[in-house]
Amino acid sequence: MAECRGLGHSVQRKEDARFIRGQGRYIDDVKLPGMLYLDIARSPYAHAKITKIHEDTAMAVDGVAAVITGKTLEGFKLAWMPTLMSDQQMVLPVDTVKYQAQEVAAIVATSRYAAADGAAALEVDYDPLPVVVDPHEALKPGATKVRDDKESNHIFHWEHGDADGTDAALAGCDTVVEQHMHLPRIHVASIETCGCVASWNPVEGHLTLYLTTQAPHAIRTVVALVTAHLGLAEHKIRVISPDIGGGFGGKVPVYPGYVLATAASVVTGKPVKWIEDRSENLQADSFARDYHITAKLGSKDGKVTALKLDTVADHGYSDAAANPSKFPAGLYHIATGSYDLENAHVSVDGVYTNKPPGGIAYRCSFRVTEAVHAIERMVDLLARENGEDPADFRLRNFIKPEQFPYQSALGWEYDSGNYGAALEKAMDMIGYRELRAEQAEKRARGELMGVGISSFTEIVGAGPSKTFDILGIKMFDSAEIRIHPTGKAIARFGTKSQGQGHETTYAQIIAEELGIPPEDIQVEEGDTDTAPYGLGTYASRSTPTAGAAASIASRKIRDKARKIAAHLLEADEADLVWEQGKFHVKGSPDRAKTIQDIAFAAYTNHPQGMEAGLEAISYYDPPNLTFPFGSYICCVDIDRGTGQVRIRRFVAVDDCGVRINPMIVDGQIHGGLTMGIAPALLEEISYDADGNITGGNFMEYLVPTAMETPHWELGETVTPSPHHPIGAKGVGESATVGAPPAVVNAVVDALWHLGVRHMEIPMTPARVWDVLNEHGAAATR
Amino acid sequence: MSSHQISVTINGEEHTREVEARLLLVHFIREEVGLTGTHIGCDTTSCGACTVLLNGVPAKSCTVFAVAADGAEVTTVEGLGNGGLHPVQQGFTEKHGLQCGFCTPGMMLTSKALLEENPDPSEEEIRWGISGNLCRCTGYVNIVKAVQRASELMKENSDG
Ligand code: FES
Ligand code: FES
Repeated sequence: MAECRGLGHSVQRKEDARFIRGQGRYIDDVKLPGMLYLDIARSPYAHAKITKIHEDTAMAVDGVAAVITGKTLEGFKLAWMPTLMSDQQMVLPVDTVKYQAQEVAAIVATSRYAAADGAAALEVDYDPLPVVVDPHEALKPGATKVRDDKESNHIFHWEHGDADGTDAALAGCDTVVEQHMHLPRIHVASIETCGCVASWNPVEGHLTLYLTTQAPHAIRTVVALVTAHLGLAEHKIRVISPDIGGGFGGKVPVYPGYVLATAASVVTGKPVKWIEDRSENLQADSFARDYHITAKLGSKDGKVTALKLDTVADHGYSDAAANPSKFPAGLYHIATGSYDLENAHVSVDGVYTNKPPGGIAYRCSFRVTEAVHAIERMVDLLARENGEDPADFRLRNFIKPEQFPYQSALGWEYDSGNYGAALEKAMDMIGYRELRAEQAEKRARGELMGVGISSFTEIVGAGPSKTFDILGIKMFDSAEIRIHPTGKAIARFGTKSQGQGHETTYAQIIAEELGIPPEDIQVEEGDTDTAPYGLGTYASRSTPTAGAAASIASRKIRDKARKIAAHLLEADEADLVWEQGKFHVKGSPDRAKTIQDIAFAAYTNHPQGMEAGLEAISYYDPPNLTFPFGSYICCVDIDRGTGQVRIRRFVAVDDCGVRINPMIVDGQIHGGLTMGIAPALLEEISYDADGNITGGNFMEYLVPTAMETPHWELGETVTPSPHHPIGAKGVGESATVGAPPAVVNAVVDALWHLGVRHMEIPMTPARVWDVLNEHGAAATR
Repeated sequence: MSSHQISVTINGEEHTREVEARLLLVHFIREEVGLTGTHIGCDTTSCGACTVLLNGVPAKSCTVFAVAADGAEVTTVEGLGNGGLHPVQQGFTEKHGLQCGFCTPGMMLTSKALLEENPDPSEEEIRWGISGNLCRCTGYVNIVKAVQRASELMKENSDG
């Protein structure tokens, strides 16, 4: 029998065959007969009253077929749409714009160029209004109010943990460090932007929506809910998520453009395509981060004891964060990280400002990056305040392997971990003690070199139905497997790959469980008419949820296969032994039936009284989240003349439990690390006092190229998840979450002797040079 | 808007069309000719997703007017490999040099041109060579390995 190449094999990816030939089908490749194109006119102001939209100026352009404004949508009760966080967001403004680049009107035309011409030609009269961009200012009495329908700019206060106990514990500490830090706005900037093709069939009353979405099923339900009053029903809505050119959380939300294309298709009776430009993508799509954190961490006799985080979260003009509904600050309360500490309290105050809405993940499981940044920076500071090397301090304060399952002070049950092993491995790989010696020598010569550690704990795989839902829909995920008579299979899932390689890894899970080689298994996702319902791919949840469903559905199939095998072998079920890919009779390995024999029999010779066929479905409700972890060590050199930080080496030891396809896991980590150093060194979307965006295109928003990206060095430890069917934990985001504080800690380490205690990110050459200059360490000629 | 008749040879096949003067080459390739393997990732000539070979040289086709390619030979991803797989396509597959696949056509064409000019590039030379092409998924390590593998394969091919 062919080797089935299940878990642990670097199987080459099935999806690559089409991608390397240019035969992927991405959203902009979808072209339907008679299709129209939609472009969007956007606001030049961050806050303004719209006094008049001169629709005729756009209609006068050749090829323009329709102009849609907020007033048009108001007629259909579609001017506003609900967000996932019980707030609402404009599809198009009826009278006021709230941020620069906000959608003002949609232009529908016979070609892409004509639509763009129409958007450029549209004249709009504005009365500018006062702008508030700083969330601290926005909270002050008398501040410009962003939302007319709200009392103030304060959206919510959320807190978790024991406030009094934590204050008391901090008061009892012998060493307390306090630090303010800002994690600025950043953008996922997947290389494919967002877009859709909406195709309304008025005769059938049927809508097909091709959409760049990470969560097609949830989108279908949302569309059904917000358009029910217009007569659309869920069985008449088909969402197809084609090949996705990177998602990273940015393709979870519903953007106004999707609604506009849908409305335009209904109005014109033709398919309508909307594809955003890169600049629109960076300026108007959901941002990530923008947390202003004040952190306190205390120790007593060298033991970490208490953590307190107070946070101001800038949400822009609407709370459109993509979080599970009961978690306004996501999983921020993972903030105690890898450390055994008894007292913790975290709070977040959400604030409206004149900026785009969002609060998505940027390759992170719901605000975990913010939490990890805070704890890993603070542990470093506290180590030094204790006069101890940051590595040794961590090793002493880690949760110990024998403490798992571990109850954290903020209420999580960590499934498994061995933090010391990961850090020690990383230290060995990079030669930590030797680097310290080298640093001492270099320092004596006036050269700046630093070493930084981050020992993160992730929390992924949302999530157990008792706490996790989105708009009430529980966060299970699904797999449906059908074995054909010839022993080949098709498997469909509620998730949606955006490059993670699901077509390969899911096939490997099934291969492991059933002994059918991966190439004999067709994996499909993304079409709501064919795939079972699921909540989609984000927050590293696919392997923990749908991957588990693949195992469970396979095992259901195996149970039936056993019955059929017993029938074929004329043996008792209890006497059958499963070895990968076949059942044999105990004691006589030659009396065996392969899964392929059994599949054929399931359709041709199944036992009387049993239904024909061999298929199963699983909607997997995870019993707990999974907690991947790792230790990263970053070594930097800083140019005293330019302030340039160069990452000389970066060692990443990850533990994501059992690895399904090691090649793909390494690829995920490489990509995650690159998206981890990006906000540390390069990326930021910022605004001037008038709310004008800076960093709204690829010339200013600096995504790392191959030149800024170091040669990643990876290591692994394997601590299986005890509750996942195959022991896997999920890995897509660990590196993005874990990497930034390693870089910051390295830079601060390089500058520590100068008196530098903290660096805000991104640590651009200009910012670093300023710090060097302040401390008299910038090289001058 | 003035329009012009142009002929562009794409992957060996000549395409003659009447086009607007402002039509971008990338839209000519994708919309007029219908070859959608060439992608668009930005509006500032920054990402390289649209890279094609224009008379053998990598060009960002979002920044070339179609009329400027009149009479030119263009190679797109669909023209790599001539039925089989080009060593670059082979290298990208074997070394997991792609994830979502969106940057991949541009990345492969840039790599092909790089290897034709420098059959045995160092890691530094590869990184510099592909630095006009952004990839958000892979972190570049495996792209570097893919190009190194393609270089090996190309040498094997020319030896054999
Ligand atoms: S599309 Fe980005 S460089 Fe051409
Ligand atoms: S593989 Fe996704 S952008 Fe490169």
